[in-house]
Amino acid sequence: MLTKRIIPCLDIKNGRTVKGVNFVNLRDAGDPVELAKIYADEGADELVFLDISATEERRKTLQKLVLDVASQVDIPFTVGGGISSTEDVDRLLQAGADKVSINSAAVKRPELINELASKFGNQCIVVAIDAKQIEGEWIVHLVGGKVPTEIKLFDWAREVAERGAGEILFTSMDNDGTKDGFANEALSKLSEIVNIPIIASGGAGNMQHFTDTFVDGKADAALAASVFHFKEIGIPELKHNLKNNGINVRI
Amino acid sequence: MKTVIINYGAGNIQSIKFALQRLGVEAVLSNDVEEIRKADKVIFPGVGEASSAMKKLRESELDNIIPTLTQPVLGICLGMQLMCKSSEEGNTQGLGIFNTEVVRFSSTVKVPQIGWNTIQNLEGSLFEGIRENEYMYLVHSYYAKKSNEMIAESEYDIKYASALQKDNFYGVQFHPEKSSKAGSKILENFLKL
Repeated sequence: MLTKRIIPCLDIKNGRTVKGVNFVNLRDAGDPVELAKIYADEGADELVFLDISATEERRKTLQKLVLDVASQVDIPFTVGGGISSTEDVDRLLQAGADKVSINSAAVKRPELINELASKFGNQCIVVAIDAKQIEGEWIVHLVGGKVPTEIKLFDWAREVAERGAGEILFTSMDNDGTKDGFANEALSKLSEIVNIPIIASGGAGNMQHFTDTFVDGKADAALAASVFHFKEIGIPELKHNLKNNGINVRI
Repeated sequence: MKTVIINYGAGNIQSIKFALQRLGVEAVLSNDVEEIRKADKVIFPGVGEASSAMKKLRESELDNIIPTLTQPVLGICLGMQLMCKSSEEGNTQGLGIFNTEVVRFSSTVKVPQIGWNTIQNLEGSLFEGIRENEYMYLVHSYYAKKSNEMIAESEYDIKYASALQKDNFYGVQFHPEKSSKAGSKILENFLKL
């Protein structure tokens, strides 16, 4: 049986893990490769690297990071952040990334999804959607959730799936950072209206939240950052907890 | 020992190269017929769409060469699918090494299947030291129907062949290069064939 996936997300700036990651047993807490290897050994099912650098050299730095990760880590990983062209994607996949995630570029030019899916296959195209509720309506936001668009979440999800996205990574800006749990109502609706896997993101605070998002939110995978980075939740204990709750996970 | 990864412009070759490197093997990427023929082991990767991958194989005339190889050959993911008779994806005629067809998952499940699934009914030396129900990483929308050449089975929507073998030809639907230690063990087993 296909298992539910647990995905730690690493924010990357200039090739380094963003400050705030607190791993005492790391030789170098800023080294994304070291951190990735630890997560892989602990049983993470996939990894996401989100590049938030804004420098001129960011493309080169990210490409080198992808090469380093691919050479040393034996589980799949997705790279996102600032990807806006087929050339960007080609470079990252050539370097060894398994999937890329696109966000703003897809909103600005939705045809990009079709182009990427037909060139590289839909299995490696993740469309990340950030949304929050405005007057009871889920609205897609850009720039890390800062800028609202006119687009409604569920319309956009249908469109990206039709255009060839292989997966949707949905982050609820209302839940992100709250540690109150994932946006399960919206997640479960996403799973009803599109037939591609949905990754839940935003709101993880305790282990029960993961069970809830797999059961109530019907999510296929759950992504989190700080609860893992700050060792509030260990991946082995999380997976055992999920298994005890009847969730099918890889142990 | 010389290991060649067939490089025909379809797929994530880097990951396979790195996985072999972790096993101490420096594989050569090549689409040169002579180099492929002379290799001790051949890996036939593939990610993407079946008909365009097949087209690329034809352009380099590898479609005629691959079925005539006599050393151990391992098809991975789309590589395995192209070794079958046909694929529903883009109405593609395959290399016909494996006597089975590749068809699409039904819409009763999410497509593509993405993630870790178990492999069962393992047969042969490719799976030596691998436990039944071991987890492997899979990403695919099409699957090979069960056949008498099946050496591993998985279930998603229905039961299907997640590995096939005929003589010196092996095919795996999952990505051993991305399947942690167990995946690495399968690659190691292949290199020992």
